[in-house]
Amino acid sequence: MLKVALIGAGKMGISHLSILGAHPQVDVVGVCDTSKMVNDFLSKYGKFNCFTDYKKMVADVKPDAVFVAVPTKFHYTVIKDLLESSVHVFAEKPFCLTVAQGEELVKLAASKKVVNQIGYHNKFVGTFKEVKKIVNSGALGNIYHFIGEAYGPVVTNKKQDTWRSDPSEGGGCLLDYASHVIDLLNDILSPVAASKGSLLKSVYSGNVEDAVYSLLELSSGVNGVLSVNWSDDTYRKMSTSITVIGTKGKVISDANELKVYFKDSLPNGYSKGWNVKYITDLTEEVDFYLRGEEYSAQIDYFVNAALGKVPNTINTFESALNTDRAISIIKHSSK
Amino acid sequence: MERILFGDNQFFAVNHISDEKSRAQSIKFKDDQAIIKTLDDAREAGINTFMCTTHDRILNICNIIRANPEKYKDYQIFPCMPYAHKYANAVTELGIVGTLKQYVPGNFFGSLFKGGVAYLSKDYTSIMELLIDSEMKMFKGIKTPVVFLQNVITDLLLGLRADEIFVAYHQYIRKKYDAEAGFITMNMPKLLDVLERGGIQNPVICSSINKAGFRMSGGKEIYEKTLQTRKVRAIAMQVLGGGAISPKEAIEYVCKLPNIESILFGASSKGNINETANLIRKFDQSLAYNTETIKAN
Repeated sequence: MLKVALIGAGKMGISHLSILGAHPQVDVVGVCDTSKMVNDFLSKYGKFNCFTDYKKMVADVKPDAVFVAVPTKFHYTVIKDLLESSVHVFAEKPFCLTVAQGEELVKLAASKKVVNQIGYHNKFVGTFKEVKKIVNSGALGNIYHFIGEAYGPVVTNKKQDTWRSDPSEGGGCLLDYASHVIDLLNDILSPVAASKGSLLKSVYSGNVEDAVYSLLELSSGVNGVLSVNWSDDTYRKMSTSITVIGTKGKVISDANELKVYFKDSLPNGYSKGWNVKYITDLTEEVDFYLRGEEYSAQIDYFVNAALGKVPNTINTFESALNTDRAISIIKHSSK
Repeated sequence: MERILFGDNQFFAVNHISDEKSRAQSIKFKDDQAIIKTLDDAREAGINTFMCTTHDRILNICNIIRANPEKYKDYQIFPCMPYAHKYANAVTELGIVGTLKQYVPGNFFGSLFKGGVAYLSKDYTSIMELLIDSEMKMFKGIKTPVVFLQNVITDLLLGLRADEIFVAYHQYIRKKYDAEAGFITMNMPKLLDVLERGGIQNPVICSSINKAGFRMSGGKEIYEKTLQTRKVRAIAMQVLGGGAISPKEAIEYVCKLPNIESILFGASSKGNINETANLIRKFDQSLAYNTETIKAN
């Protein structure tokens, strides 16, 4: 059994807590949140041991691992404290607000030899895993272009005023929404190295961007387009997609459906021309389902890594730092 | 419950397989009349139960049903609450407590937040009851014999071990609406354990049940064993789950399972509605015939 604690029982935190609460290899030893109403609910019904001070919680319950789901501006301080206590850390995305903070935490995690993971859950989505496999097989030939997109209805009017609308707290479409797409591109192709020009556009928000458009260059030299907009209410929920174009084929994939065209060289299980695969065919069953298999799968992976059963190689702090770097590159190129 | 229930995903661009198809559906069902037309196609195919979320647009559908009492005299709705995206978007914007403040009607929170005293169980059940009432308003005057808790909420509470909330929900739906409480879940065997422990016998549970094993958490075998050995009024949804299986094979699998009281499906065209409904009836009849033959021999 892994002794796990959670800091921050908001939207993502409470979802993680539910999956952890149902996990057969996890003992949830503590939950920390600032809301009395949430804490009272969790202790009354789920018999969770609730705290309002995370340092006191860590000292009292001595967890093996901690989930961090607080607003991004608190990530650096909270994660640093946890790493110094030598606990394994799973933190929500994005990783940190500055590259310098992220670099420090990557080094600290390495020196403490603890498992570290960031919640970029798309890497556990079957279709995107398959895109990576196809790209790595070389069957697309010489890759020369990509398009990374995400659209959804987060900010669809002018009245919002929360931490999501404050750039100094980690708000904005670039950190919150575009980070998912950048992280996928970094992982499937290669890390973003430069931007040839970026637009951060405000649609409704006063202080932050609601859309991100950027011409990116990857460290492999491939160029492509990033197009992300969280003020698009023609979408019911967030929809993320990746298109990769090579001399021998092209793949277009979102979280549900993967379409791939091969001119001639074929990986196993594919035929010449268009092929369509659905998430239903590409999803591994999980033991407990909430909102999507990928949320359970990423927690299973973290728990197994903390128990020493799998290597800690997916969504490490280091890979999330590459995404923070790309965010910083896009910000600078938009000025 | 009727053997076949008609679902609403296609009306609200919920497509678990393709974002493209989901946009096409969103265009097709832009007008409420297009929804009514499809519900009428399903009625013609003998399907008189509409199982739907408490999406804002359902209010318009309910108004049409209320305005035509003769036409819809045998019609019933199984509401599923809440329409999760409404709340999910609000939680992103306002946080959990802010969302409750926005959606719980009346001055409940005004009095609750002043004191700083501990929250009691009755406070949480009162919040739940107020939310149920506000979601149920749109169905006034329409038969709603089963009222469901949506899977996102059921499964969230299941993982948080808030078992008593399920019991409170069950009791309130009976008391206030004279209806049966239903639960939608992606974790059917686990939920059944919890409901039984809470004293809810033979509960109505709607979950993914399909030959491919898609969204059958913990594995298809546990589901099959649960259906064979336990008391549960099961509704199978996502029966065509797993694109690789033909509709015929998919429906045959579900029809052969024991304890499946109803099958829920949604479709956009008259042709698809009739095809699926006919397949279900065909397999039901041939299985009934086989059972009779075995008994007679």
